[in-house]
Amino acid sequence: MSTPLDQLSKGSAEALENAERRHELGRRPDGTPRPWWSKITARLVMVALSLLFLLPIYWMVVSALKTNEELAQFPPTLFPQSWEFGNFADAVTAMPFLQFFANSVIITVGVVVLSVLSNFVVAYGFACIDWPGRNKVFYLVIATLFLPFPVTLIPMFDLWARLGLVNTLFPLIIPAAFASAFYTFLLRQFLLQIPKDMINAARVDGAGEWKILWKVVFPSCKPALGTVAIFAAVAAWNDFMGPLIYLQDESVQTLSIGLQSFRSVHAQDVAFNQLMAASFLVILPLLILFFVFQRYFIRGITIGGFK
Amino acid sequence: MQNESAEAGDTPPGNVLTSISTAAPNDSSDRPRPRPRARRMTKAKRRNLRLGLMFISPWIVGLVVFIGYPVVYSIALSFTRYSGMGAPTWVGAQNYITAFTDPLVAKAASNTLFYAMIAVPLALVIALVLAIAMNQNVREVALYRTIFYAPSLIPAFAMSFIFIVFLNPQFGVFNQIMNVFNEGNVNLLGDPTGVKIAIVMITQFGAGNAALIFLAGLRNVPKTLYEAARVDGAGPLRQFFTITLPLLSPVILFNLITGVSGALQVFTEAYVITNGTGDPDAGALFYMMYLYRNAFGFAELGYASALAVLLFLVGLGLALTIFRFSRRLVNYDVEAS
Repeated sequence: MSTPLDQLSKGSAEALENAERRHELGRRPDGTPRPWWSKITARLVMVALSLLFLLPIYWMVVSALKTNEELAQFPPTLFPQSWEFGNFADAVTAMPFLQFFANSVIITVGVVVLSVLSNFVVAYGFACIDWPGRNKVFYLVIATLFLPFPVTLIPMFDLWARLGLVNTLFPLIIPAAFASAFYTFLLRQFLLQIPKDMINAARVDGAGEWKILWKVVFPSCKPALGTVAIFAAVAAWNDFMGPLIYLQDESVQTLSIGLQSFRSVHAQDVAFNQLMAASFLVILPLLILFFVFQRYFIRGITIGGFK
Repeated sequence: MQNESAEAGDTPPGNVLTSISTAAPNDSSDRPRPRPRARRMTKAKRRNLRLGLMFISPWIVGLVVFIGYPVVYSIALSFTRYSGMGAPTWVGAQNYITAFTDPLVAKAASNTLFYAMIAVPLALVIALVLAIAMNQNVREVALYRTIFYAPSLIPAFAMSFIFIVFLNPQFGVFNQIMNVFNEGNVNLLGDPTGVKIAIVMITQFGAGNAALIFLAGLRNVPKTLYEAARVDGAGPLRQFFTITLPLLSPVILFNLITGVSGALQVFTEAYVITNGTGDPDAGALFYMMYLYRNAFGFAELGYASALAVLLFLVGLGLALTIFRFSRRLVNYDVEAS
């Protein structure tokens, strides 16, 4: 009776994945290991692709560590001749980097907390409470997934301007409190896999929906909430157009537009090694997040999302 | 238990791709149903309705405030002249007439079209290749997944900085490579077509997201189909075209539509590379850049709203056209679990 989906919602997704891996990877159908060269063409292609996709990050790191003279050298050096770690310090002091960093952190943390909470509650309403018409209403959620956002851009700016909140971080944080189609969809898919009996048993015991949400459902859907948190964090951290429109004063700017305005102010004499160093510092938190939580990134879409 | 009795006629929208295709017919088949359903609602049902609406209320508020209101207000503003201060003044269809005669709108639209025609198909192919690579049976596949996805984490502005350095006409590596083959400096970013090509290249590194969605689709293709094909003597290429592609078609449709929608809104890379000017020769002036400039550079919020409404209509029209043409090509038959 225990289907893969049941196991999943009971939180043993890992075991399932390991079992799958043992079964598939590098083994013949009879279970004996394949020799390492058995997939040599596939590996060659994948290594070539990997080099291509590592190129931007490699180029960024290497340029960040070179002197500007070495950057201009031909042929380009594959590794810096002298490792100029001072470029990072120079980049941080050349602009109000810490201020930008703090603003980005405030926005990202706010967006992540509000997104996880609001989408979790809304997804519970769509997945765990059975009310007449909920599937039809859910079609509306899916429809808004395809709404191009530029059409809402100007009225939203007008609204925030009337409230006197342009040049504050609020216009970039508050909307996260009202759920968004993609995350609601993702979480709903996951919540539907939770056995109904578990929830109904709690109802029979007299638990209210709010209590079931936190005591019964929450523990088993931490991985899905982690996925939403990570996607929301990346989107907020990397957002460019939102801060560009709402944050004009340097004191409230985020890393994305802070760096851009630093470059446009110094358009003629910008130090490229410093620009690369600052850019690397911007993406570093994301890379760390990704390497620590990468299971959530990939599983979030492959299991929770688009089945 | 509560579950089974309710709404037998509804197909639960479990799969975003199939639900798009079934949404319309489903709604119409529901319509003839007699009204009194609401009156016959049991006490438990009424309670559930109240609770359900309570739980989704954040979304309802968001729908009204962040989607419904702005869309309606955008349409209303598009018939006015409005600077953001004072009250909008009614100008009728003037903004639309201006938009259709404005040479920069034509320029921005053709730039955007040029970009989309190259970037969207290219991105589909690259994402599919990545997904297949991510799905190989090799021990270190997790490493490849990480590497292919990592550039998708680099924000558009930082990726643009990397390419600004890479393509720099004086010392950029790209230029030095070109110098080996011919004399003279190649300044890709100084050429109206070159800058668009450069932006196409930049955005391709973000293929990881679409690739993950393809990967999910690939993992849902029943393995038994491949085994059967192998028994029948079909080679890998034949398997790809007769099994993989048809079964992936709903996912291709999804990635195509989101890709087109994203391409119509291309903005950040062009803004960063040209410092917001769209030069050289308005070659990187994309539609969203021109909209942004009118709204926040010239404070022409009415005109910018008209441009936004036009973009909305074009996007909607393209999506519906793609749906219509895809109906014969997209296969929803095999639902793997």
